[in-house]
Amino acid sequence: MLRRRVIPCLDVANGRVVKGTRFVDLTDEGDPPELAERYAREGADELVFLDISAAPEGRGTLLEVVERTARRAFIPLTVGGGVRSVDDMRDVLRAGADKVSLNTQAVADPDLVTRCAARFGSQAVVVAIDARRVSAGTGDARFPAGYQVVVKGGREPVGLDAVAWARRAVELGAGELLVTSIDRDGTQTGFDTALLRAVTLGVEVPVIASGGAAGPDDFVRAVRDGGADAVLAASIFHRRQVSIAEVKAVMAAAGLPVRAVDPGAAA
Amino acid sequence: MTAGPLVAVVDYGAGNLVSIEQAITAAGARVRLAATAAAIDGADLLVVPGVGAAAPAMERLRDAGLVEPIRTWIAADRPFLGICLGLQLLFDGSDEDGAVTLGILPGRTVRLAGAPTLPHIGWNQVERRRPHPAFSGIADGADLYFVHSYAGLPAGGLDDEAVVAITAHGARFVSAVARGRLLGVQFHPERSGRDGLRLLANVVGLAAVERDRRSAA
Repeated sequence: MLRRRVIPCLDVANGRVVKGTRFVDLTDEGDPPELAERYAREGADELVFLDISAAPEGRGTLLEVVERTARRAFIPLTVGGGVRSVDDMRDVLRAGADKVSLNTQAVADPDLVTRCAARFGSQAVVVAIDARRVSAGTGDARFPAGYQVVVKGGREPVGLDAVAWARRAVELGAGELLVTSIDRDGTQTGFDTALLRAVTLGVEVPVIASGGAAGPDDFVRAVRDGGADAVLAASIFHRRQVSIAEVKAVMAAAGLPVRAVDPGAAA
Repeated sequence: MTAGPLVAVVDYGAGNLVSIEQAITAAGARVRLAATAAAIDGADLLVVPGVGAAAPAMERLRDAGLVEPIRTWIAADRPFLGICLGLQLLFDGSDEDGAVTLGILPGRTVRLAGAPTLPHIGWNQVERRRPHPAFSGIADGADLYFVHSYAGLPAGGLDDEAVVAITAHGARFVSAVARGRLLGVQFHPERSGRDGLRLLANVVGLAAVERDRRSAA
């Protein structure tokens, strides 16, 4: 049976892993390759590496850091941030990424999803969706599911219903969705399982839950209540609030299939 | 002590070669990325990696003049490893896009049936149907990493004599095949942690034995 994945996320700015609350107030959390190796050893099923420094001059640095990271961790690596063309995606894959995540650029240029999938296969194309809850009672007909898509690190609404965009992204060629609740991101108040459920019911592709992890029980709820195939978290792992092994133990106790952590691997 | 075997990894622009190069190097071999037929000469093991669709991959292999060299290599029963798409291409054709593929193994690449999610992405159990030295030291049912929507189905189905291992995602599919010194795996050993590195080390070790046998002959 396919295991439910636990995925540490490396938010990278200027070659360093950083973390902030709702994409602001960034703090330094370490060196990407070092953290990647540590997480692989501790039982991570996959890694997500998001370049959040939008500066175009950071491209070369990013590819170099991706390659150093890919060489240290023999588990899959998804890289997002700044991919604007099929050639950009090729460069990121050649640097060692297994999958590429498209976010703002997928909204701006939906055909890019299709072109990337045609060239490298849907399985290599992740569409990342940042969703914000629409205030209750507004009854905005544009957002029937109650969530709208925001881009540029959650700052800019684009007038799309998050669930409709999720379905569209899959039709365009996305092989996986990374769904982040911007309301919960960095707040450690738990995943938005209603958002996850709304998305997972509408698509056949695997969905990665993101935004709000505080403890192992949140991972269980994201899978059981939200229908997520994989669960992503950043700061709780970086700061050793909880280990991957602890998360997996709680998931296993709840009856969810997880991959065993190599005995003796956790440092 | 002799140098590790030389592994030619076919480079036809199909995704991530860094992890394959790094993993095979970690297994004790030397790696040469091979974008031309000449770059295969002198290798002890030929690896065809790849993700994505069959038709563009076949087109690139043809453009690079690599189709006949790969056929010749396998026909001579030289050590060969196909990974993911590199396994699927060995069959007669692919249902994904109707591509005619290498036709080395009788059978077709078909969409995974009854799958609860597609693509099939993540760690899943590889259950062996028969012993194979590439899996030495790896537990039967070990979790290995998959990312695909299609898989090769040999002409004889799951009971075909080429089948080494199967995996279930919805219905069961073939996750490893072998014939002579050819091995094909649907999972990604280069991304499958310790067990994946073990498989690559086993394959490299088998190539080293074959190299020494040939040089002694």
